[in-house]
Amino acid sequence: MDKVERNLRLLAAQIRKTVLYGLGTSKAGHIGGAMSMSDALAVLYGKEMKVDPNNPKWEERDRLVVSKGHCGPAVYAALAVKGFFPMEWMLTINQPETKLPSHCDKNKVPGIDMTTGSLGQGMSTALGIAWGLRYQQNDAYTYLFLGDGECDEGQVWEGALFASTKKLNHVIALIDKNEKQLDGYTKDICNVGDLAKKFEQFDWYAQDVDGHDVMAIAEAIENAKKQNEKPSVIVLHTVKGKDCTFAEDVFYNHHMTFTQEQLDEANQHLDQLIAKLS
Amino acid sequence: MYQICEEIKPESKEMREVFAQVMDELAGSDGRVIYLDADIINSIKMTSFSKKYPQRTIDCGIQEANMIGVAAGISETGLIPFAHTFAPFATRRVMDQVFVSVAYADLNVRIIGSDPGITAGSNGGTHIPLEDIGMMRCIPNATIIEPADSNVLADMLRQTKDLYGLYYIRLSRKKSEQIYKEGSTFTIGKSNLLREGKDVTIIASGICVADACKAAAELKQEGIDARVIDMFTIKPIDREAIIQASKETGAIVTIENHNIINGLGSAVAEVLCEDAPAPLVRLGAQDRFGEVGNVDYLKKVLHMSVEDIKNGVRKAISKKNNQ
Repeated sequence: MDKVERNLRLLAAQIRKTVLYGLGTSKAGHIGGAMSMSDALAVLYGKEMKVDPNNPKWEERDRLVVSKGHCGPAVYAALAVKGFFPMEWMLTINQPETKLPSHCDKNKVPGIDMTTGSLGQGMSTALGIAWGLRYQQNDAYTYLFLGDGECDEGQVWEGALFASTKKLNHVIALIDKNEKQLDGYTKDICNVGDLAKKFEQFDWYAQDVDGHDVMAIAEAIENAKKQNEKPSVIVLHTVKGKDCTFAEDVFYNHHMTFTQEQLDEANQHLDQLIAKLS
Repeated sequence: MYQICEEIKPESKEMREVFAQVMDELAGSDGRVIYLDADIINSIKMTSFSKKYPQRTIDCGIQEANMIGVAAGISETGLIPFAHTFAPFATRRVMDQVFVSVAYADLNVRIIGSDPGITAGSNGGTHIPLEDIGMMRCIPNATIIEPADSNVLADMLRQTKDLYGLYYIRLSRKKSEQIYKEGSTFTIGKSNLLREGKDVTIIASGICVADACKAAAELKQEGIDARVIDMFTIKPIDREAIIQASKETGAIVTIENHNIINGLGSAVAEVLCEDAPAPLVRLGAQDRFGEVGNVDYLKKVLHMSVEDIKNGVRKAISKKNNQ
């Protein structure tokens, strides 16, 4: 394992640990999706995205819209680790008067580029941001996180048509395909099927990768950046609740409550991972 | 300042022509102005605009939800989007997108809903929005504007370009009755007093303003002295003018091209109940759907005609006298 990979895997483990640190206050939260997207977040904030923690509104920064807005705590964790705001803020998640509400809020959180929470809507707002940046000759990329369950929403597919028609090639969508939605497996509830193939048919450049392989994710993003006309989608094949001992093997792991003992055990597991990588 | 025409008569231009003309002016003077539509550019006569400013026209196709989100995202980059489609699809179809992506996110979008209420007549009940004001009123900090003529429309487009927030402008595409002289300017949140009166006040908006003026003129012959107010800003509503009208005339009639539930009549009722109770008659659609028909026909079946306004005034005065 080279240094880059080790650092990205370390960052992913730190993001997961920071999610638990934050949700530990209320001992509840959207654990499953936060854990499944942590490796991709590590690649974005550790390698691929152009951002400045000291200047969150920097005009030339790459933008990130997390349309699966309920996973705000995972993004907040990445931002806290990178120094966008003090780590102590994480302890206030979902507490009265917090700056870190459950769902991503651009007006409260330094580093959050778009308010999300109603599924499907981040697709369109991300495309609007990408269109506006291109119009103003700003070369920044707009990254977009979608959930696979979220792809049930019609608005996702409206946006898919729009983005390819308008040739928004600086859009890079990442779909956290953890195969589950709140009520169970996506294949049983509303089968989104082969998402890469579907997006290809909507004239996107589509790639399938292991969503827990940081180097594969990074390579896919580099491929996406080479697209001259097409928007890109990277389907991240992930495990809901990944590396969280009390969540990974649980059927209903979309939103969970947990005990101090479960939290301690999960932290111990992540500490071991971090120790191995450090 | 606004100046009122001595005589109310049909305008020489359609509202949509004025809309296109002012949008052209705004785009010419400000490179941040972006126009979005959902496949009815031709219906609102923005085709010339789209050819003159192809880089600033976004035809989203028939996907209103995406259009509102794209407009929100565009505004996040500092541009000034105007998003248009027919009023039912600019509001009820995209309520959640307007609520979350625009309003809750505190972004800066002007939504233009054309063919409000019975002005969509030939398209029938599916296209006749009698609820759009009600839905938009529930969104915190939204501003709702319903121009009575193209002079109000032109001024509102110019003003809102440089304001920040969610603005909903509902307008008929066709010719309106001219109420104001050209060059008039208006204050958002302040109503326009069109006619003084001491017996009753008729509060109207949009296409109903001209009818309210006609009804007041005819009532004069019966000895009824009716005040007429154009409440072109439905939110924030001009509380002061309503309270003053209540205290000075003692009876209120509202007439709107909308359901009486949660539209202009409800907004006026809220102010009256809280600050200056007076007998009130609310005219407009009485909690029913629209149907196919031209505007004159629909005014009759929905009881929104000049005669209905006159009857409403008589009823309000009778309530006042029986207090």
